[in-house]
Order: sequence, then C-alpha cells, then structure tokens
Amino acid sequence: MAIPSSEQRVIVVGGGLAGLAGSIRVAEAGFAVDLFSLVPVKRSHSVCAQGGINACNEVARQQGYSEFEHFDETLYGGDFLQHQPPVFEMTHWAPKIIDLLDRMGVPFNRTDEAQRALRLFGGSLYKRTHFSGATTGQQLMYALDEQVRRYETQGRITKYEFWEFLRPVIDSDGKCIGIVAQDLRTMQVRSFRADAVVIATGGPGLVFGKSTNSVMCTGAAASRCYQHGVKYGNPEFIQVHPTAIPGADKLRLMSESARGEGGRVWVPAMKKNGEWTPHPTPGMAPRTVPVDERWYILEEKYPAYGNIVPRDIATREIFGVCRDGFGVGGGNMVYLDLTHKPKEELERKLGGILEIYRKFVGEDPTEVPMKIFPGVHYSMGGLWTQYTPAAEYERYESGEASIDNTRVWDPHKRPACGLDAHADNNMMTNIDGLFAFGEVNYQYHGGTRLGANALLSCIFDGLFCGQSVVQYVTRRAKNLVADRPQAVYDESVEGEHKKIAELMSRSGAENPYVIAKELGDVMTRESTVVKDEEGLNRALVCVSELNDRYAQMSLADTSGWSNQNLTWARAVGDMLILADPILRGGLARKESRGSHYRPDYPDRNDKDFLKTTIATFDPVTKQSMISYEEVETGLVKPRVRDYSKAKAKGAPTASNAPKKQSAPLGETVGTGSGGAS
Amino acid sequence: MSNTTTSIAQAGTRTVRFRIKRADGHKKNVRWEEYDVPVTSGSEGSGSANVISCLQHIAANPVTRHGERTTPITYDVGCLEEVCGSCTMLINGHVRQACSCLIDTCAPRDGDVITLEPMTKFPVIRDLWVDRARLFETLKRTSAWVPIDGTYHLGAGPMETPDEQQVRYKLSECMSCGCCLEACPQYLIEEDVENWDSAFVGAAVISQARYFNMHETGASTKKLRLDALSEAGGVSDCGNAQNCVKACPKEIPLTESIAAMGRAVTVHKIKQFFSGQ
Ligand SMILES: Cc1cc2nc3c(=O)[nH]c(=O)nc-3n(C[C@H](O)[C@H](O)[C@H](O)COP(=O)(O)OP(=O)(O)OC[C@H]3O[C@@H](n4cnc5c(N)ncnc54)[C@H](O)[C@@H]3O)c2cc1C
Ligand code: SF4
Ligand code: SF4
Ligand code: FES
Repeated sequence: MAIPSSEQRVIVVGGGLAGLAGSIRVAEAGFAVDLFSLVPVKRSHSVCAQGGINACNEVARQQGYSEFEHFDETLYGGDFLQHQPPVFEMTHWAPKIIDLLDRMGVPFNRTDEAQRALRLFGGSLYKRTHFSGATTGQQLMYALDEQVRRYETQGRITKYEFWEFLRPVIDSDGKCIGIVAQDLRTMQVRSFRADAVVIATGGPGLVFGKSTNSVMCTGAAASRCYQHGVKYGNPEFIQVHPTAIPGADKLRLMSESARGEGGRVWVPAMKKNGEWTPHPTPGMAPRTVPVDERWYILEEKYPAYGNIVPRDIATREIFGVCRDGFGVGGGNMVYLDLTHKPKEELERKLGGILEIYRKFVGEDPTEVPMKIFPGVHYSMGGLWTQYTPAAEYERYESGEASIDNTRVWDPHKRPACGLDAHADNNMMTNIDGLFAFGEVNYQYHGGTRLGANALLSCIFDGLFCGQSVVQYVTRRAKNLVADRPQAVYDESVEGEHKKIAELMSRSGAENPYVIAKELGDVMTRESTVVKDEEGLNRALVCVSELNDRYAQMSLADTSGWSNQNLTWARAVGDMLILADPILRGGLARKESRGSHYRPDYPDRNDKDFLKTTIATFDPVTKQSMISYEEVETGLVKPRVRDYSKAKAKGAPTASNAPKKQSAPLGETVGTGSGGAS
Repeated sequence: MSNTTTSIAQAGTRTVRFRIKRADGHKKNVRWEEYDVPVTSGSEGSGSANVISCLQHIAANPVTRHGERTTPITYDVGCLEEVCGSCTMLINGHVRQACSCLIDTCAPRDGDVITLEPMTKFPVIRDLWVDRARLFETLKRTSAWVPIDGTYHLGAGPMETPDEQQVRYKLSECMSCGCCLEACPQYLIEEDVENWDSAFVGAAVISQARYFNMHETGASTKKLRLDALSEAGGVSDCGNAQNCVKACPKEIPLTESIAAMGRAVTVHKIKQFFSGQ
C-alpha cells in the first residue's frame, strides 16, 4: 500500500472520552487521525457514567475552594500513591475543560439563574461536581462524538469501527510505528502505519467476571500492549463500589445517594448470646423478617456515620458479612432498604435510580428492599506512563520552594510545578511513540479514585497530553511512517494470523465462556475487597490451572466471518495474562492503602511502599516481574488518610460552613455523601 | 459457583424457549433455531435473567433444543443498562433493547416462547447483528454538531435556563439505537451507500437537528440543517404515522421534534422564495 510521505498519521485506539478528546486535539493540530474502536464510538463504555465531572468553580472558589484544594483532595483520596505533577496540572485544567464541554453544547443542569448547577460528591466538602441529569458520561460522550463527526466530514479523522486492536507494531529501535487490527465483520487482519499510537481502551472490569463495566471492558488491549513490552503500573489497585445491583449478566450501579436519603443496609440474622449468627431461612420475604432478626451492619458498627460511611468501608463490611454466610438467601447480597420512607419523597429525590432498579430487577424499591452487593467498578492501575514536570517542579521537590497553602489560591499565579505543556512524552509508555490515555493510563488516582474524577482525567489526557502526541510526531517521528520497511508490519500480521489459526485448531473440551466465568469468580473472591497472602496464592494456582484448561479449549464456531466466538476466546487468553500482575502486585504489596486492603498487613507503610508497582511481562514464563518506582511527592507531603477524624456527625458540610484555605488541609477533606456514583 | 451452566440449571425454576432467526450475512442462509434456556426468577438467585444473559447462556452451551451443536449467536452488545443502544433487536416482534428485556416480564411462565430477530431496516452482518452505519452517516448530512471555534480556552458556553436545558437534555438522550427507524413505515432499508444522501433521514436525525438548532451557537448553522431537511429524504417524507415516538425507549418527544422542524422548514422555504435564493 502506498503511503503519502508528506502526511503524518496518528492512530488512536479507543473511542471513549479519552480517545475522542485525543483524536480531536491531534486532528485540530493538522495531523490525520485513524480512530479504532470495537464498537461504534458513540456506544463506548463512557456512556455509562452517571454522576458527574469535578472542577473548581466560582461558587466553590468564593467559599474557599480552589484548584489546589481539588488537587489535594485527589491525593488524599488516593492515599498519596499518585505522582503529583500530573494531578496538579489536571485539577488546574478542570475548569477550562468544563467550559469547553459547555461550548460544545453539553446540556449541563442549570440553576434558576441559568448558571451550571453543582452537586456534592464523595471526598469533598464543596460542591464541585458538574452534571447532566443522571447520564453525564453519555452527554459528554455525545458532545465529543459530534465534534469527531465534524472532523470526519473534513477528512481529518477516519473511523475504523468494529475493528479490534490486536497488537502494537514495534520496530527494531523499540519505536511504536503502527498497529495490527482485525475487522470484526470480515475478520480481515491487517497492519496500519502511524507516527504515533494512542491507546485509550478503558478498564479491565471483565477480568473480574461481572462488574459495573460494559462488556467491551476486557482489558485485552492493555494486556496485548503489556505482552509486547509495555510496563503496567499499580495493577493491584481496583476500585469496588459498595452498591451495585447484582444481575445475571452485569452489576448495575446503584448510586450512593440512596443511602444519603436514608437507605439502610441490613441482612437477616439471629442474635444468639449477643452474637449474630446466620438466619435459618435467609431467603424469606424481606418484609416478613421480624425487626429483631434484622442486622443493620453499618449502623451497628459505625454509630456516627451509619450507612453513610465512605465507600471502601461500606464495601468491606458488606463483602465481609456475605463471606461469613449472612448474605440474603445465602448468596452474595444484602438489603438496601428504602421502604420505610414515604413513597412521594422517594420518587421526588431518587426517581432516576429507582427507575433503573425497576427496569432491570422488575421490582419496586419503594415496596421491596433492594438487593445490592459491591461490584468491581474501576481500575486505578493501567499502562505505565511517563511525563515531564514543569520547570519549577524541581525546586519544590528539593525543598527549595514550597507551596504556601495558607494564601488564597490564584490559578493564574500558580507556580509551574505541574506538567510541561510542550513536552513530547506526557503519558507516553516506556515504548517510544506509544501513549496511554484514559482509564487504561495508571496516573492520577493512586490508591483510590474519587467519584467524578475519572471523566476529568480521560478528557484531560486527550486534550492536554494529546498535545504531547503532536510534539512527538513533529519532533521525533518525522516521516517515520513512509520510511519504515514493510517487513516488520508483515511479520506482525503473520504473528496474529498464526495465533488465530492456532486458536481455531484447538480441539479440547473446554469452553472459553466457562473459563472466563471461573476466572471472574476467583479474581472477585481473592483479589478485590479483602486480600491476603494465602488467598492471592490460591488465586495464582487457580489462574495457572485455568491457563492449562485454556490450552484445552475448542471453539464452537470456526467460521471465517463475524466470529465473536474467536474474538471472545482470544480476549479471554489476554485476560488470564493480565490477571497475573493484578495478583502478584497485590501479593508483593505488603501493606494496606486505598482500595488495597490486606488484613495481614493492615497499615499503610510509606517507608517500603510509597511506590508505584511496575509489572513487566516475562515472555518465557508468561508471568509478571514486579519492581517499584518512587512516587513524586514534591508538592504535598503525604499524611495519614483518616476520614473518621475529618467529619463527625453534625460536622460542617459544604453548604453551611465553607472553609478557608487556611484550615489545616487534613480537616478540609471530608466524605460528602450527596450525589450519585 | 463452578460455572454458568450448572449454577443456572440447578437453581432454575423454569425453562424458556428461544426461537432465534439466524443468518450468515444479509439474506444469507436465513434459518430459525430453537434453544431451551433454564432461568431463575428475579427474587431468587443472582439477579434476574434478561435476553442478553440468556444469549450468554447459549454461548456457553451452543446446543439447540433438538440436541444439535451449533455456534454461539452473534449479536451487538455494550453497556447492558440501556444507554448505549447496541443490543437493539426484534423481541416477540417488537423492536427494543435486549439488555433491558427481563425474562420474568416477557416470558413469565414455564415453556413460554421468546422470538428474537434482527432489525429489518439495516443490513444483517450476522444473526442478530446489523450494521447501522447509515444512521451515523445521516447525522453528517444534517451537520449534527455545535460549530465551535476549536479547543482553545475561550470561556464558557452560552447560558441557558433550566427549562431550556430540560428540553435539550431530553433530546440529547438519543442513543442512536434505531428503534424509531425500525418502527417507521417511511424508513426503508437501503443497502446502497450511494442512496443514503437522498433516502429518508428518519425521526432520530430530525430530532437531533432540532437539538442543535436550539443551541445558541448551534443555531449559527441552522440554515445548513434546514437545507438538508428541505431536500429529498427530509422532513416532508414523514407520513406522520407516529410509530416512532411509541417505539423510542428514551421517550424522546419525536413527533414534537418533527412538527417543530416541519414548521421551521416551511418558514425557511418561504424566506428563500422571497429572497430569491
Ligand atoms: C457505571 C459507571 C459509572 C461511572 N460514573 C462515573 C462518574 O459519574 N464520573 C466519573 O468521573 N467516572 C465515572 N465512571 C468511570 C468512567 O466512566 C470511566 O473510567 C471512563 O468512562 C473510561 O473512559 P475511557 O475513554 O478511558 O474508556 P472507555 O469509555 O471504556 O472506551 C474504551 C474504548 O476503547 C475501545 N476498545 C477497547 N478495546 C479495544 C480493542 N481491542 N480494539 C479497538 N478498540 C478497543 C472501545 O471500543 C471504546 O471505544 C463510571 C464508571 C462506571 C462503570
Ligand atoms: S411520524 Fe414520521 S418519522 Fe415517525 S414513524 Fe411516522 S412517518 Fe416515521
Ligand atoms: S430517537 Fe429514540 S428510538 Fe430513535 S434512535 Fe434515538 S433513542 Fe433510539
Ligand atoms: S447493551 Fe447497551 S443498550 Fe443494551
């Protein structure tokens, strides 16, 4: 295929918020973009996001909030595991991102005065979450999708929808110079040339079987990069949301506002000698369970907060009682009960989420308690990326300068200690020319992500770091595309053809759907809410057995067109490989931090583990090698994360007690209970 | 919890029969196959079954009720919560999303039958999977975007009252699923890409044109949209059957949008007539 030598091209794999934002930025700079997605981009997983997107805003600012405060909250929520310069830059960009989305026509909710409305969200005492009904992700996606369509009509972006990314093409100098992809309709496999490649393929929820994620979120694309030499950062950090609706096919998110409005979490149980024991008929109709046989697990253990304890605590408790056999019907479920509240009030305040519950469970939560269980929700870990701190960061790092958090923060006079906007490596992996944006990028969220910060990080990556892609192509990859010999592309395509032929020829008795189900079961059991050495080792054994069984698999469908059986089986292999660093990372991290909770090492251990986990794939053993990297904490000194101290019952909330920036930072971080996911 | 097959079968309280219209491509080797799928009811087990979870069950056990081994059913799926529009198909003859179609509701009794067919207004890729590219292409025809100046920081967008926002929000919820097109007697399948520019745009796209015309900046390219809707395949192709609005899962007020755009197009044409353009 002849390639015009004058034209430089960028490939973006993934059309969620991160991929769309990145495509727009690069196309705007004048480079041709080839955009790949498993599904029409408008149907990407980002449409699932409900709650909103965070940014400092004028109202919050006048109450004492600031970009700095947003930065600090994010670090505190993440238990200080994140590199600070990227977070600093992101939070300072957030207000500009909201303005841009607003200009694109996103129907943000409005106040009576026609200003953008704000809601309260976890981890902040200030209203700083912008939202568009209960479908914020969908609305943001559509706005970006529309701009991409506009560039499409101008011939600047070309979409490859229903195409699956199979591997990066890496030349002998270690540079990424394209990809191999497969058309999911015709099953054609071919290579595509590019001067730079952006991976924006989202999270790996399906490694855990059922999750709150869409079915495309297998993590297979990330796994393929990892298998081709890209390092993987903080794999063990997986966020589990406390309240999802268990479904036969998916765990659908149930917003935390249900508890904010008085929802009570309980399980049927019997009290014997002052101890709760599992109920003899745990499946009896909930409304017939006598009051003294209802164990209100959170209210009993956390009298001050009751059902509004922070997410990670609620998750651990619910998970724990089910593990101990208290689950409703003996299964993995607890009640989230709203039936004691007046119907009219529930409809008025919670109409949206009640509707989801009715639609998917077929029951009315105003009549029958909802059955909920924690669900795997988000991966803080992802492909490891680098960045260049802005000019002044070093002075802060060395202690020569320090951020004075007692003065009112003026974003226009902020020191240059975030990212260097002109660098060509922001969010580039260890492979030259291969970038990672969005949930697949391990930056920004550390040990736990605060609600409504993910949409922000996705769009920030695309818009800000998209600029780095432009710099890279301009400076370091001049006409690379045309210069490269065809051989390396052909070899890569051949490799994928071989893999397909091998999968098709397997003739054992195993079924990839069953293997994936079992992988999900073991990963959820041993490597989510509570982890320990024994369990993680058990899981490693299990995954290795599943790998053996995977080799004994056969495909029910060996046809050469639109073969979803093949694509699924291939992805399952990649999920099995990605499970390894998630488990080994967890095993090696002998501490508890954020969402990584190890009762055998219950405390945070900054001395040994204030470090990024880096997993590298060993092609011989097919296992990961774990190493560590120092976390750049030059701006804010890590401090103990203790939400119980920050807020007691009746303590000030954002609406009644705005705090000045002069308050000690630890005290200004609370656990807001309002808002959705 | 060993695998899907056994856990569902053991707790299963009844069997639902699926009649599925399969094909190897558009009009290629079209055939019906039947599967018996055990389901648990919503109040027990690990959540209630829906059409997608039954298709997943079949994928793990691709055997027809007559005991013949077949291949997993091919279908389009994404969010599993009725926001992405992927899984649209005909279920018992009605167009809707498979993920939000609960078995307890649509097949409550033992032995109940559920038929699944692909949408008929789009070419079949395989089985229940259709290619809705035309829908997205048609959005280009009507300049369905706000023509911003670029991504540089230029301050906030136009202000908007809560009432205006509520109207736009509703229109913006369109997930391009195509239910309104499947239900519309005027919207016909068109396999030839060359004809997409003159075939009927359909209710969803008319409603999107209204959405962008309502936005202060979007209105600056109002004329382009009205031009497109004045041409062949524009708003005058609508026969006002109102099937579309009944089929829309997001309850988008499509007939209101069609009426509004019909009026706007008329005014636009009169203005053009008097200005001699
Ligand atoms: C139910 C739910 C609610 C949420 N609510 C919020 C919220 O309120 N606020 C918030 O900030 N965050 C929220 N999140 C998190 C947030 O939605 C995600 O982190 C974010 O949308 C991820 O976007 P992305 O662009 O990285 O990837 P995605 O949107 O997942 O897109 C991935 C893209 O990559 C493509 N792709 C994947 N693999 C391949 C491949 N092999 N080949 C080709 N293409 C491929 C896909 O087709 C898709 O286009 C929520 C998450 C869930 C699950
Ligand atoms: S009202 Fe118009 S668009 Fe709607 S179904 Fe009828 S003919 Fe089709
Ligand atoms: S208008 Fe409704 S039915 Fe039509 S595509 Fe949009 S969401 Fe689907
Ligand atoms: S899978 Fe998204 S609408 Fe059904």
